[in-house]
Amino acid sequence: MSEHIASAKLYIGVWAALICLTAITAGVSWLELGPFNIIVALTIATCKMLLVALFFMGVKYINQKMTVIVIIAGLFWLFILLSLSMMDYVSRGWQ
Amino acid sequence: MSDRAPVIATHSPALRHHFSNMEQQMEASVMGMWVFLITEIMFFGGMFCGYMVYRHQYYSAWVAGSQKMDFWWGTLNTIVLLCSSLTMALGVRAAQLGRRKSVVIFLLITILFGLGFLGIKGIEYHSHWTEHQFPGLNWAWPDANGNLVALFFSFYWAMTGFHALHMVIGVGLVAFIAYHAWQGRYSAEYYNPVETVGLYWHFVDIVWIYLYPLLYLISHKHISG
Amino acid sequence: MATATVPTAERENYLNKEYGIKSWLLTTDHKRIALLYLILITFFFFIGGFFALLIRLELLTPAGDLVQADTYNKLFTMHGQVMVFFFLIPAVPAVLGNFLVPMMIGAKDLAFPRINLLSWYLLVIGGVLMMYTILTGGVDTGWTFYTPLSTQFLNTHVVAAALAIFVAGFSSILTGLNFIVTIHRMRAPGMTWSRLPLFVWANYATAIIQVLGTPVLAISLMLVALERIFGLAIFDPQRGGDPLLFQHLFWFYSHPAVYIMILPGMGVVSEIVTCFSRKRIFGYKFMALAVIAIAVLGFLVWAHHMFVAGMSLYAGMMFSLLSYFVAVPSAIKVFNWTSTMYKGSISYNTPMLYAFGFIGLFTMGGLTGLFVAALGIDVHVTDTYFVVAHFHYIMVGGMVIAYLAGIHFWWPKISGRMYPESWGKLAALIIFIGFNLTFFPQFVLGYLGMPRRYWQYSPEFQVLNVLSTAGATILAVGYILPMVYLLWSMRYGKIADENPWNAAGLEWKTASPPPTFNFDETPTVTWEAYNYDELKEAPVER
Repeated sequence: MSEHIASAKLYIGVWAALICLTAITAGVSWLELGPFNIIVALTIATCKMLLVALFFMGVKYINQKMTVIVIIAGLFWLFILLSLSMMDYVSRGWQ
Repeated sequence: MSDRAPVIATHSPALRHHFSNMEQQMEASVMGMWVFLITEIMFFGGMFCGYMVYRHQYYSAWVAGSQKMDFWWGTLNTIVLLCSSLTMALGVRAAQLGRRKSVVIFLLITILFGLGFLGIKGIEYHSHWTEHQFPGLNWAWPDANGNLVALFFSFYWAMTGFHALHMVIGVGLVAFIAYHAWQGRYSAEYYNPVETVGLYWHFVDIVWIYLYPLLYLISHKHISG
Repeated sequence: MATATVPTAERENYLNKEYGIKSWLLTTDHKRIALLYLILITFFFFIGGFFALLIRLELLTPAGDLVQADTYNKLFTMHGQVMVFFFLIPAVPAVLGNFLVPMMIGAKDLAFPRINLLSWYLLVIGGVLMMYTILTGGVDTGWTFYTPLSTQFLNTHVVAAALAIFVAGFSSILTGLNFIVTIHRMRAPGMTWSRLPLFVWANYATAIIQVLGTPVLAISLMLVALERIFGLAIFDPQRGGDPLLFQHLFWFYSHPAVYIMILPGMGVVSEIVTCFSRKRIFGYKFMALAVIAIAVLGFLVWAHHMFVAGMSLYAGMMFSLLSYFVAVPSAIKVFNWTSTMYKGSISYNTPMLYAFGFIGLFTMGGLTGLFVAALGIDVHVTDTYFVVAHFHYIMVGGMVIAYLAGIHFWWPKISGRMYPESWGKLAALIIFIGFNLTFFPQFVLGYLGMPRRYWQYSPEFQVLNVLSTAGATILAVGYILPMVYLLWSMRYGKIADENPWNAAGLEWKTASPPPTFNFDETPTVTWEAYNYDELKEAPVER
């Protein structure tokens, strides 16, 4: 990944997109959408996370497959922690 | 072993003895930083897990607590942090190109944004403190829901506190590499520290990208109860 | 350790390259750091062992005559914390792994030598905090720090102990990080993944757990500390908090931590079984996959520690089922070790005796693990000595024995000297007998209903408790013996040559003790792992 040097224009474009997404998510929060508030907010947050990771952190240009696997593994383990813990709390009320 | 390049004859002074070439050294340090960042994912993940569990259990208290957040400061801080990520990325780019002066300038701007973020966070902390919204030490809540809202605020302080701690460490690291860059320690072929500190900085930004909606936005207009 | 230098060796090696305390404390050589770890964890092993001895002495009689209840609580708490975090977790990875992983893959050092030294210092700092905790009155939360006991009800040094373990955890994370990057990036030409020794695979799997699990322990301990120091409401049931949340977070790390302790031991045993059977390991690919599978599946089973704690019954069923899956790769490992020995020409040197012990005791520990993973039986045996016996069979019968096996097997490489073989065999035998005498009665005690963590018990349990205490005494002798003769052998042992066991593996292709950069030239690997068909002669009987 050390070889690839992205253009400054690209970085500024990514930044502009991040600011736009922030404006959208901040604006949507003023609407009462019930359960959709959290869905919209987290979807936008994930888009922003992907923008930062892919471009600013250069994941898009990493040519070692392994590092990408490391990152995916990290997210997957977070998913294990969250989902298996929630499994307990969601099913506690069942009879 | 296709990913192992043959030994390159040129020996950069920055090449540590146990690596066979600069590329291997660079790949190792970038990978090392990513592995460190996934430990950070899990570190914050523990708190996100608690946040999720309690939000599931005590939804109305979560709404009540979240509506005490200051929307405008939070949004401004998000923008400040995104700007700092841009300058950090441009700083790393300047390092890749071997432009010493621009590296230093971009890193200094990044530090300013970082300090700005911490300053705004301090203002918020101050107002939460004066409104008795620190569970344990300084806590008062008007209605009977107070104990449960204390849970929300405990997570607010713990999550943003650990994030702010990471920001403080980040500012320190950026200052350190800015000093080294100013001394001329980095070049187009050796800039691993700039790259890895950049990764750390962006990661701390990403944590905030999630904290912002979870604390400030998702229950902004919900009706508690 | 400066006495370890070999007077007759003219050749420069990692031990005699530099002298003086500074050359050790500021070293970045992975082999010297491994020895620093060895000294540190041996110290803590004896601290933890001392607590164990006091526990067993107290339990010699049914009455609480030696110590009071509070003291007893502190004893088992600190026994657990010291042994788990300052001995078992660093034992094989930080000592043997540090020493061997770079050599086994043909590298000059780990990827980040200075971080490696840093992680030793972190363990020292954690150790100092732990000693502070111990010397200023101790802590009595149980090694698990369960809330709200740890956050609301105790006035002992909970924060200091939590901080000690937090810092030690970072040491463990950095070791794991270093191993992952090293194994990915530093392999010698020709050392492909399918040629990696199983010890390296095991340390890789361990590193995955260290990196992904430890941070969750770190945050849960930090949250306990925040609740104690500032009074935040995180797990406080009086304010609606859920103590089970702490248990989820704690066991998310601490169950996989069992595999941090056992997987490297499995790696050691794989190396030894194949060497002393003079046969290629049976089912290499399955062995490699099994350790990775254990590391991954180990993360899906944590709540089986909480079956009776009040969690959802349905989640309990899921976790019980998932726990059974871990048995599959574990059974593959045991099956393949025995198949490796089948029709091999086995020689009964000390490391092999320990390996036999490991396979037997690990199987016992693993199978009783299935008992406690079963939702129904667990209700009967939870918090009894059955559980205590089960995890000591894994940790002491498995891990400590594998660690001793590895220390003996690689001692010629580490010190350049042979240990005295007959003393080694004697000690292995004593440890095996002492161990079983200590812990087998505890299975029976637990099944009969003796609860754990009490300083008194009903008189009808006394016979079995006396047996157990007698066993612990024998075990203590067995642990002191190797300590004595290994130290003795550093000066008086027979000089070891490059490869005293005729073993395969890159670490045996360099001098004993190795030079600072391990190899005079970077080796190129052209053979498969464990090519014992090509190295037919048996190891020399000494």
